[in-house]
Amino acid sequence: MTAPTDFTIAGARAALDARRISAVELTRAHLDAVEQLNPRLNAYITITPEVALAQAAAADAAIARGEAGPLSGIPLAIKDLFCTAGIRTTAASRILGDFVPPYESTVTTKLLQDGAVFLGKANLDEFAMGSSNLSSAFGGVENPWKRAGAPETVLVPGGSSGGSAAAVAARLALGATATDTGGSIRQPAAFCGVTGIKPTYGRCSRYGIIAYASSLDQAGPVARTVEDCAILLRSMSGFDPKDSTSANRAVPDFAAAVARGVKGLRIGIPREYRVEGLSPEIDALWQQGMDWLKAEGAELVEISLPHTRHALATYYIVAPAEASSNLARYDGVRFGLREDGKDLKDLYERSRAAGFGAEVKRRILVGTYVLSAGYYDAYYVKAQQVRALIKRDFDQAWEKVDAILTPATPTAAFGRDETQDDPVAMYLNDVFTITANLAGIPGMALPAGLDAQGLPLGLQILGRPFDEETLFAIGGAIERAADFKATPAVRAAA
Amino acid sequence: MSLDTATVRRVASLARLRVEEQDLPRLETELNGILGWIEQLQAVDTTGVEPMAGGGAESLRMREDQVTDGGQQQAVLANAPDRADAFFAVPKVVE
Amino acid sequence: MSYTIEGGTGAWEVVIGLEVHAQVTSLAKLFSGAATEFGAEPNAQVSFIDAGFPGMLPVINRECVAQAVRTGLGLNAQVNLWSRFDRKNYFYADLPQGYQISQYQFPIIGKGEIEIELADGTRKAIGITRLHLEQDAGKSLHDQHPTKSYIDLNRSGVALMEIVSEPDLRSPEEAGAYLTKLRQILRYLGTCDGNMEQGSLRADVNVSVRKPGEGFRTRCEVKNVNSIRFVMQAVEAEARRQVELWEAGEVVEQETRLFDTTRGVTRSMRSKEDAHDYRYFPDPDLPPLVLDAAWVEELKAALPELPDARRARYVQDFGLTPYDAHVLTLEKETAAFYEAVARGRDPKMAANWITGDFFAGLNRTGASIGNSPISAADLGALLDLISDSTLSGKLAKEVLEVMFETGKAPGVIVEERGLKQVTDTGAIEAVIDEVMAKNADKVAEYRSGKEKLFGFFVGQTMKAMQGKGNPALVNDLLKKKLG
Repeated sequence: MTAPTDFTIAGARAALDARRISAVELTRAHLDAVEQLNPRLNAYITITPEVALAQAAAADAAIARGEAGPLSGIPLAIKDLFCTAGIRTTAASRILGDFVPPYESTVTTKLLQDGAVFLGKANLDEFAMGSSNLSSAFGGVENPWKRAGAPETVLVPGGSSGGSAAAVAARLALGATATDTGGSIRQPAAFCGVTGIKPTYGRCSRYGIIAYASSLDQAGPVARTVEDCAILLRSMSGFDPKDSTSANRAVPDFAAAVARGVKGLRIGIPREYRVEGLSPEIDALWQQGMDWLKAEGAELVEISLPHTRHALATYYIVAPAEASSNLARYDGVRFGLREDGKDLKDLYERSRAAGFGAEVKRRILVGTYVLSAGYYDAYYVKAQQVRALIKRDFDQAWEKVDAILTPATPTAAFGRDETQDDPVAMYLNDVFTITANLAGIPGMALPAGLDAQGLPLGLQILGRPFDEETLFAIGGAIERAADFKATPAVRAAA
Repeated sequence: MSLDTATVRRVASLARLRVEEQDLPRLETELNGILGWIEQLQAVDTTGVEPMAGGGAESLRMREDQVTDGGQQQAVLANAPDRADAFFAVPKVVE
Repeated sequence: MSYTIEGGTGAWEVVIGLEVHAQVTSLAKLFSGAATEFGAEPNAQVSFIDAGFPGMLPVINRECVAQAVRTGLGLNAQVNLWSRFDRKNYFYADLPQGYQISQYQFPIIGKGEIEIELADGTRKAIGITRLHLEQDAGKSLHDQHPTKSYIDLNRSGVALMEIVSEPDLRSPEEAGAYLTKLRQILRYLGTCDGNMEQGSLRADVNVSVRKPGEGFRTRCEVKNVNSIRFVMQAVEAEARRQVELWEAGEVVEQETRLFDTTRGVTRSMRSKEDAHDYRYFPDPDLPPLVLDAAWVEELKAALPELPDARRARYVQDFGLTPYDAHVLTLEKETAAFYEAVARGRDPKMAANWITGDFFAGLNRTGASIGNSPISAADLGALLDLISDSTLSGKLAKEVLEVMFETGKAPGVIVEERGLKQVTDTGAIEAVIDEVMAKNADKVAEYRSGKEKLFGFFVGQTMKAMQGKGNPALVNDLLKKKLG
């Protein structure tokens, strides 16, 4: 029999409904695994066993009444960027102190309504700013994968949703919520050998999610299969009158699309994604992905997304600009950390200096500078224009293709000690993922193979706005073809 | 466009981030590295391109004028580092 | 004669523009569902959006948008069907988000114009540059504690209309007249209650001075002036300060200042040091505000009559003097009261009574039209008693006084006090006979040609009737009897 922590969400739901396992048992198994491995992996910032067990008991009762929801009894990790009522929410920053939100984010509300069990709050890069999870004020997360023959080398899980991806990979949750501003779902999913989807901007409500860059932030799930992502995304999605950017669109049954197949689909291969420094293994994996899809009846079409090469620079103007403003509310007055000062300005400066980490400060400073008098047009307006061109590239591509296939990341997970001091070099991790955020389109990353060192490598599928179903169809096809069965070195005992 | 120390100091003050004097040169180098890199956008021809502000809806949805929120004084104040009765408290401000 | 300030180097002209912040009349706030009512317990009308809590998002209130559109239409201004909200970034204790959501680049209302009237009757058109919607900040209390300021966020997020005038105003009087007129229009429209004591209407006053014929010199902004009188005083104080600086060979620095109402001077505002760098950018939480042209037309069709139109109608249709029409239309409530009294009656007579004895009575009793002890219906009934000769004008004034004292209806007072005018000719003749009998000598003198004595007989008759004889009848009958 499958170990409880090895269930897929779909499998666990079937087992729960068939009473082969109870929600409390399933939750306990995960809590035990968390207790055992979290001290090492640091995937969770806060663990909430009492809450989880109470939710599990309620799920069991609902199942017994024949009123099970789509997620009844499913233990999840919640990225600690989602406000959870009565449970400390940190954004992995010191600035929030012991902030306990009196409200629940819309996405987590929907998950709870569907019966989910929350094991705790997953670690992340501070305020979701980073690609390594090393900027968390609560310490980095260890990637549960190991290079062959190097069990001592600690690899990063990617970021910013590193805790979510690591928890799912190490079997410390069946699935997790995450957010993606420039690749923060897809890059850690690729680094940790799991599947993640950033849906179309506006698909999931941003209400109650701590903002990094409002025009780019979008919530999505991380799970171990394409189908599980589809199940989670369906629960997380939907129109929310509390978010003015929420899309008033019906939510399709994403899971139904997973088995649809790719016959007749036109898949774009953007020539500009063959970037310098792309690892030959990833290039080979990309070719493998094309071959799989072709074999399944898809047509490959070479396309051009000419403004891709300016996407990173565009992002590193737009995101810091919005962040500099979004993070102004952390001032030590109404909540969070306060450092006393000789006057109010001094209090602000000391509180924010003590509360924010180096990367957050860097982005606040860049954002403040690019918006400041005299530079606004040269930087911010220019970036918005290039952003429009990036979106136009995609709009034109959709005339020729139904989806686009690219690598998810330029490299496999790197070592914690191999990170570069140069922030710009670090930003290059997001080179493939960032365009989807700028254009507002959906993007999925899923594991497709291992590199020579045994580390997972991911492919990315991009699609038309609000056409996540095609991504699930293509993701399903790749998943079946890749038959990715490898598991990380560090994981809950089977 | 490259930043000097005085500009870094001014920007930090605008952003209300205390920066110690000894950290200024490092920050200056880092920020210039980032800004120098994003400078590449100047080469993109954006003539006549309408700036794109966000990824969301075409227009604002309007809600009805009804009182549906508030009346939660204690919850609003519960996380405050310093309060006096039902007020938030800060060091005295001179206008 | 235009207003100038005399300096050692000659006359200085004053250039004034006003930025008026008018609190939008609405039940809930601009971007949250918290109440806007004045005078609540501190922080009791605060949503987590208003308090800038993490993850909170704004959603716009349709009524606030409608009110801005109505106001724009009332200011004869252009309604922009496409506008946008920007963030104005600065740190302040009562600004929870660290930015104010405002409309910087694309306001909802564009250029407009209103006409002001000065004491000498001159009328002048004042340009409106723009009107935009924005959030109000919270309130800081600096006098509650020796070392702390207290913050109340009840006002945080309340909708404001910032109405910016062109620098068309040239004197304290014009500034006062402009603000008076603007307030009047807002109150007519019902888009702002205009209550300056409660802060519903506040003005930032931009002042510069120049030699006649010059271009503009540096201006200073005097922030948050909260009465029409203070606006006029602030203009004068600031203009004088600038004249002194220029004349001393110094330079006026562009800055934000405060008006010290007790000392009557302006002073520099320390907390505004970042004022030059607000880092405006489009609020990514809010897509553009796109208005449906048909909806704007609906709002336009439903607009109430505005003071200028109403005044013109009173002159044209009712034959009132421009002055009476002006006085009666100053306040929407007064005009409504007047129209209720005048309906079905002589409009001029109604205007005379209201602007005369009725206003005098209100003044004397310290009441206003809003809490008048006399209803429009009762005042109308009093006019009816005059028209049907039940009361003489003199008696009616007496009745009005009693109405102010007791609040009773005029008919009741007339009954109770027996003030009814006597129109029975028989009764009047009987009194006249008596008077003539008592004064036979005077009758003889009158008949021998001393016609001046007629007045004496009128007086005696009225006195004997306690003033209740119908004056016209008394006259007629006396003439007949005296021969």
